[in-house]
Amino acid sequence: MISFENVAYSYGGGELLSDMSLRLAPGSFHFLTGPSGAGKSTFLKLCYAELLPTTGHVTLFDREVRSLDRDEVAQMRRRIGVVHQDCQFLDHLPLAANVTLPLTVSQREVAGEDLSDLLAWVGLRHLADALPPSLSGGERQRAALARAVIVGPEIILADEPTGNLDWEMSLRLLTLLVELNRMGKTIVVATHDLNLIRQAKSQVAARVLRIRNRRLQLAGADL
Amino acid sequence: MSGAIRTLLQGDRHADRVVPPSGHTAWLTTFTAGAMTFLAVFALALSLAAGRMADRWSDALARTATIRISAPAEQMEMQTRAVLDLLATTPGVAEARALSDQEQRVLLEPWFGPDLPVDALPIPRLIDLRETGDGYDAEGLRQRLAAEAPGAVLDDHTRWRRPLAIAAGRLRLLGIASILLIGGTMTAMITLAANAALAANAQVIRVLRLVGARDAYIARAFVRRFTLRAFSGAAAGALAGMIGVALLPSTDAAGGFLTGLGFTGRGWLWPLALPPLAATVAFLATRTAAFKKLRELT
Repeated sequence: MISFENVAYSYGGGELLSDMSLRLAPGSFHFLTGPSGAGKSTFLKLCYAELLPTTGHVTLFDREVRSLDRDEVAQMRRRIGVVHQDCQFLDHLPLAANVTLPLTVSQREVAGEDLSDLLAWVGLRHLADALPPSLSGGERQRAALARAVIVGPEIILADEPTGNLDWEMSLRLLTLLVELNRMGKTIVVATHDLNLIRQAKSQVAARVLRIRNRRLQLAGADL
Repeated sequence: MSGAIRTLLQGDRHADRVVPPSGHTAWLTTFTAGAMTFLAVFALALSLAAGRMADRWSDALARTATIRISAPAEQMEMQTRAVLDLLATTPGVAEARALSDQEQRVLLEPWFGPDLPVDALPIPRLIDLRETGDGYDAEGLRQRLAAEAPGAVLDDHTRWRRPLAIAAGRLRLLGIASILLIGGTMTAMITLAANAALAANAQVIRVLRLVGARDAYIARAFVRRFTLRAFSGAAAGALAGMIGVALLPSTDAAGGFLTGLGFTGRGWLWPLALPPLAATVAFLATRTAAFKKLRELT
């Protein structure tokens, strides 16, 4: 689904990521770890073509990202759900409209029951009409997850999704991600929360990738 | 492009909602379109009035000429008779007649008053002639006049008509140039407002991109909004301008230019074309600005 082949990414004259090669299989669950500033967010942005590699090749759904035009990138993003730590919404629209935004921009309708079920799944049905600025951090993260999955993406990329959440809320979000993985979604979660990774490994066969010295390593045994 | 226009006319309720209601850029666009269209109505009136003036002057002066006879009093009648006989046999002259003393007195009245003793003054005799559709040979007529009536001078009005036609043509150009300048200014202002709106909504654009919105979808939300604002502003401006023109003093009997600055007949339809034109300008300006800005924001 996503493959990296000798990928490097430079920013501001310095190389942030070097010689990365990776293949994410369908239905896999990966954690991406590394210290702050190691390049986890950059790695994820390369995964959904917000950034292009300086050298090497990134392939999304069998298409090299450099060969994609702007419309094709938009089309690819409808197959990838993204959840950011500082998840952004359209603050003038209620939560329900924000969650259905991926369908709106692809001019598809959502059944009211489906939306209600989805909001119930993330525990936000009672906040369907609330505006995003009135939501707590945990509610925003779950709303972002609901928005990410509403189009039925094949891949979910989550960048520090529990960064602003307490442990209880983090576990709740992790449970949702594990459920999605069991539905066959490919999950990549960038986090530096090792406790979260340990908790997940007790529920799902997750692999742990670590960015160290600009390179990608397979970790796991030490977690 | 045709698809974009069709979508613009049909509207997209969802796409319209994704961009938050904006403040000053909305007023700026509407006000600019209204003010510029208001001015354009007057520029249009100027241009059309200049055109009418050129036509009127041409009609009034074309195909007519004047022969002025300056001769001693005792020869005046003889030379007048000779000139009229000569004109009667000149090909291309449809009609010729000498102005009466009364008519000459009326012509001179604005300068010398009503009590001018025309009979006692050595005033030249004027002969008014009208040419046929084919016209006459002015140079040949001059030579014949020189031979038959040495005191007769042909004035074919060319030296009057040419500067008037040039002046009217330049006034018309001035009106057209004003409309183009107004259109250019409106384009620049709407482009600036669109850029400001796009910059102010950078976060909205980031979110839309993240969830897979195409550039055309994002641009459409802005383009439709600005186009409709420009149209509504221009409609108000055109209406106000037309009322303003209608309230100008009407044409006087002499057809003076300043009092004739307005629309006549089907000319009143011209200002109605300005709102769609303004909307088209806004559509193209916003669309160009939006796609350019979206490429920059990548």
